[in-house]
Amino acid sequence: MAKRVGIEVSVAIGEVVTMTNTDVIAAYPITPQTHIVEHPAKLAADGELDAEYIPVESEHSAMSACLGAAAAGARTFTATAGQGLELMHEVLYIASSMQLPVVMAVANRALSAPLSVWGDHSDAMAVRDTGWIQIFTENGQEVVDNILCAFRIAEDRGVLLPVMVNLDGFHLSHVIEPILLPEQSEVDAFLPPNDYPLPLDPAKPVTMGDFGPPFIYTEVKWAQEVNLRKSMETILKCWGEFDRIFKRCYHPVECYRSEDAEVLLLTMGSFSETAMTAIDRMRGEGKNIGLIRLRLWRPFPFDEIRNAVKDAEVLIVLDRALSFGGPGGPVSSEIRSALYNEDRRPKIVSFVGGLGGRDITVSGFQEMINRGIEISKTGSKHEFEIFGVRE
Amino acid sequence: MGKKFIDVGQELPPKIRARHAIHEVRPVTIKENFASGNRSCIGCAEVLAVRLTCKALGDNVIIAMATGCMEIVSSQLPYTSWEVPWIHTLFENTAAVASGIEAGLKAMMRKGRIPVQETKVVAMAGDGGTADIGLQALSGALERGHNFLYICFDNEAYMNTGIQRSSATPYGASTTTSPAGKVSIGQITWKKDMPAIVAAHNIPYIATACPSYPFDLMDKVSKAAAVKGPAYVHILSVCPVGWRSPSELSVRIGRLAVETGIFPLYEIENGKYKMSLDLPKLKPVYDYMRLQGRFRHLSEDTIKQIQQRVAEEYQKLVAKAEG
Repeated sequence: MAKRVGIEVSVAIGEVVTMTNTDVIAAYPITPQTHIVEHPAKLAADGELDAEYIPVESEHSAMSACLGAAAAGARTFTATAGQGLELMHEVLYIASSMQLPVVMAVANRALSAPLSVWGDHSDAMAVRDTGWIQIFTENGQEVVDNILCAFRIAEDRGVLLPVMVNLDGFHLSHVIEPILLPEQSEVDAFLPPNDYPLPLDPAKPVTMGDFGPPFIYTEVKWAQEVNLRKSMETILKCWGEFDRIFKRCYHPVECYRSEDAEVLLLTMGSFSETAMTAIDRMRGEGKNIGLIRLRLWRPFPFDEIRNAVKDAEVLIVLDRALSFGGPGGPVSSEIRSALYNEDRRPKIVSFVGGLGGRDITVSGFQEMINRGIEISKTGSKHEFEIFGVRE
Repeated sequence: MGKKFIDVGQELPPKIRARHAIHEVRPVTIKENFASGNRSCIGCAEVLAVRLTCKALGDNVIIAMATGCMEIVSSQLPYTSWEVPWIHTLFENTAAVASGIEAGLKAMMRKGRIPVQETKVVAMAGDGGTADIGLQALSGALERGHNFLYICFDNEAYMNTGIQRSSATPYGASTTTSPAGKVSIGQITWKKDMPAIVAAHNIPYIATACPSYPFDLMDKVSKAAAVKGPAYVHILSVCPVGWRSPSELSVRIGRLAVETGIFPLYEIENGKYKMSLDLPKLKPVYDYMRLQGRFRHLSEDTIKQIQQRVAEEYQKLVAKAEG
């Protein structure tokens, strides 16, 4: 039986990574990811984690070392944040395009300049199109559970794709929460050993990473696209199996008091829990408001989103990243495009907020929702509004 | 009864024999782990160097290669020239990829997931991938002490993209981004001393080689592969396209690079320098430069300046070996 412990979320990640018997961890320190990589380093130093720990000289090399390790057939983990994720950018494409099942935790952080170590989703949104499976989490338990699921999904023979688990920097990475850590036996039952189909092996030579001339490049990319979309089946199966063993269930899109709601708010990450409290208060005032939380960002859950919002009049989308000069944040943009051709669809209002670690409180969410309802009736002179910005 | 060979040099004094040992012919495996039929240019000495390197490495290797000429000529989908496991990912990260492979093998062997064996991880890159864009990843991997061999195939410019200068391009060479012109001699910086930079990491074995000395090259690669820990071999590879030299002269030009002292052959074993070739008198650098269009524009004065610098650098190196 799993025990509930008070533990920092970053440390809990280290605990669960240790239980997966990971072979290689390559990491470079960056706030607020540091505790995620410090804990396994200590566990390895104490002999409690039997892994090769590579203290690389940059995030570019961290992900590159992960490529090598995964290609050799090793179970591979890394973590980063903000600028570190940006420095990895081109390497991320290699991991997905060459089907190397690396698992990475990203302690989401704003991008410079000005330098900010605090949280938002600018880093994750900038790597949206790199071909990784991307999961967002809203509390410590979800982080731990999804790190474990990430290994199973990534290494599945039908998937073989890297998986990124996003957790809000500081808001999640640095808080101590009561978390149910799995038993080793439960992890062993849930996660089979990594059995990479064609590793780099002198007994059976393979060539990996050839160059692709125009006659074949498009087909290779289409196969990659099909594979990422198809991974949805495995993700759902994995979460179902997780529910069976651990009694906690995850879905690509989570709904909260949304069934009869006229107005819906959509959030991602740790802000969702604050938003839920705001929804409760507004429901208490007799307002028909609900919440949609987007957990799976890639592959994008089109059907689930369409289904979740189809009966609402207004959908207010909060982004924690800017798409400069564009129609609003990336999430809002994608939701709009997913709904545009639907016969029944809500009016969409876009907000950007919570940038660079700025908090949005319960009353802040109430204010945002009320402003959203107002905009849905009267319109706004802006494509989107930044919540709480001083002009 | 096999035919008995006569050792024609047996009467020679040992010192003279030692001087010519580098040219001694020996049997070499006929197995090619870098297959023929690749897309390299006529007269490419780099592809010759890769071929010889692969002979020396044998079968129990995993190669990580940087983007560059050798990657492009050997790996167009759906073909491959590689008979050993080979991976290419990016341009600047080869040493990091090699560290990951090495660490992965180490962990999996320790845990009994794969059989324990002496698989050598080898990183290969050109001069741009080594001395410029890949220098940080290389330094990191050397400093961390991974058990791997890094080989730089140096053709002294970005040849794959069309002869742009790198930090390994020699002084005075005309390239497409350091062109000789009315007010420029071409490359205005001296070639970056990569082996010295690697030596500053205090790794167990460093060597320079050139495919014009095939047995020396294979000996050094074998020796480097046997080292426990990081090893580095820097191989000068004549590029007829980029150097604007006749393709049939690649081997001779490689010889001249060594005989003029421009590219000395040496080893650094546990910090100790050793010259591979005893050259009592260096040939004039002009003998080497006159065969290459990239130096065609140079004045006598500039050649004199280069001659002086080469002599000085060579003397410094000999002094280190004698010291």
